Amino acid sequence: MNRSWIDHPLAQLTLVRFYEFLREPEALFWVFIFPVLLAAGLGLAFRSRPADVLTVAATTPELARAMRQEKQLAVEQLPGAAASEELRTGKVALVAEPAPGGAVLYRYDDTNPEGRTARMLADAAIQRAAGRTDVVRSSDQLVREPGSRYIDFLIPGLLGMNLMGSAIWGMGFAIVDARRKNLMKRLIATPMPRAYYLLSFLLSRLGLLVAEVGLVVGFGAVVFGVPVRGSLGDLVALCVMGSLSFSALGLLIASRARTIEAASGLMNVTMMPMWIVSGVFFSSQRFPAVLQPAIRALPLTAAIDALRTNMLQGGGLGRVGPELAVLATWMVVSFAVAMKVFRWR
Amino acid sequence: MLSDAAPGLRVRALRKAYQDVVAVNGLDLEVARGECFGLLGPNGAGKTTTIEICEGLTAADSGEVEVLGMRWQRDAARLRQRLGIQLQETQLSDKLTVFETVRLFRSFFHQGPAPLAVIERVQMEEKRDARVGGLSGGQKQRLALACALVGDPELLFLDEPTTGLDPQARRQLWDLIEDFRRAGRTIVLTTHYMDEAEKLCDRVAIMDHGKTIALGTPRELIASIGIEHLVEFSADGVNALPLAGIQGIRHVRAENGGIRMQVTELHRAVPALLDELRRQGVPLTELRTHSASLEDVFVALTGRHLRDD
Repeated sequence: MNRSWIDHPLAQLTLVRFYEFLREPEALFWVFIFPVLLAAGLGLAFRSRPADVLTVAATTPELARAMRQEKQLAVEQLPGAAASEELRTGKVALVAEPAPGGAVLYRYDDTNPEGRTARMLADAAIQRAAGRTDVVRSSDQLVREPGSRYIDFLIPGLLGMNLMGSAIWGMGFAIVDARRKNLMKRLIATPMPRAYYLLSFLLSRLGLLVAEVGLVVGFGAVVFGVPVRGSLGDLVALCVMGSLSFSALGLLIASRARTIEAASGLMNVTMMPMWIVSGVFFSSQRFPAVLQPAIRALPLTAAIDALRTNMLQGGGLGRVGPELAVLATWMVVSFAVAMKVFRWR
Repeated sequence: MLSDAAPGLRVRALRKAYQDVVAVNGLDLEVARGECFGLLGPNGAGKTTTIEICEGLTAADSGEVEVLGMRWQRDAARLRQRLGIQLQETQLSDKLTVFETVRLFRSFFHQGPAPLAVIERVQMEEKRDARVGGLSGGQKQRLALACALVGDPELLFLDEPTTGLDPQARRQLWDLIEDFRRAGRTIVLTTHYMDEAEKLCDRVAIMDHGKTIALGTPRELIASIGIEHLVEFSADGVNALPLAGIQGIRHVRAENGGIRMQVTELHRAVPALLDELRRQGVPLTELRTHSASLEDVFVALTGRHLRDD
């Protein structure tokens, strides 16, 4: 029989992994749809809006007319008591009222940025109406720089989280399921090289990685204009490194468990702390300094930090040496321990 | 090649204990090339442990195992290429089709028929693109057999190949196993169905508590207990004592609310039984006779039935 590469056991094992994944609608949802939905939801909630028009109140028609000259202010004219009530409930950012001697009194909350902005805009409008002229002529050019918004921070975080989740869940469930159903024992009863079996998981992960990373990064770029400032090759290299590292961790988690329940417990215990401390949704710098060395030693922290350096700061692989070292260590140690303790039946 | 002259399987003084249970306790076996050999015994007799040691999946505590003249410690890779194995209760991946499953297993072997040829051999051409998850129990067992046959094995290990199947699916599987044996290959199978062992096996070893308690062809084993027939009947209020005196009736005991007797001369024993019941004035509510089987051999040797249900 003339055998082509597709009949090679490693090709067959990897192909079967793909079929099994693609025929599992739930897995498709969690790996491909869920991260995009999450990015869309959070991106919408924290999108940068054009400067809002601020609502302010004036107690006299003269002050109201003066402030209406400023387009960024919406002015209500109210009696004093009603104006105070609106200020107290936050419906207006500032109340302007006449003071003795032709002066103007602004009442606002200086801890509220909107109050401070309203103070500047209102004062400028009233001064101008009273005859002040600008000494220096000025004009505006609006620049909205991508890379510093919340969505820019979020997309690399979600990418890292997705790399971890799909590697650990993908490895964990498939391995424990094969062990539980005696399928693994049946396979090792054939001449199949055992290393191929484990390697096929890594290869299929890397194949799916292209789609996963492309989807999240592409969605961020097209919908929110999230930049990829570093080289695309470096980004792919970082994702491959991260995915291999998480896959080795997944292999370790699944190396002994006989039931899906035991494996899910282990996976959640491993991933939950990293979702919180590794800077997916907010900077890991918020945790106390004493915890920082431990947080930095976690693979998800390393992966996300490296992805942000690449995507947002355009840093090359040379700038993420420590992060790559952390990922490589996790990969080598997890894989070595997993091989030693792996339960084949 | 030297190993071609060696027996299919040779086992000597095999022992295996799990924590506090001795699963295999000093077992000896020899299976010739081209023979279909059965390990018959109740659940927990040590059949599966024995066959898995022979398959190189479980390590023995002590004893020797030689498969096709080779040993697992030395020749594992060569041996794997030449064996076909069907495990008890393996669930193949539900998401794959029959063809994909067979092609995967075929990829592990250097030689063997094309996947489609194996699928035809187990009569599943029509199901080649069906998902494994949607197959019936009998079809799944035939697929498992196909996966064992992809490497064109010289020796086939089958662990309870028909457990849980309906009678038609069992007969279908038996035909496939007989085809394989007719091709001159060797089969070692375990079963707790006596009819399966009688139908398929050239020789049978009856196992109990990790040991062989009887060994021979099904016919020899049945003859060895000196019983030709068994008669079972129910009759309320019968006095069983006089029955033992009737000519041709050897062994009488009460069982499941009836009486069970071993009989050598059925044509004399039954009329005599009916006469005795008429004399006692008790009506017969049930009467069954059957030829002695391997089940009866097991009962005669151990006092227990193969299956408790």
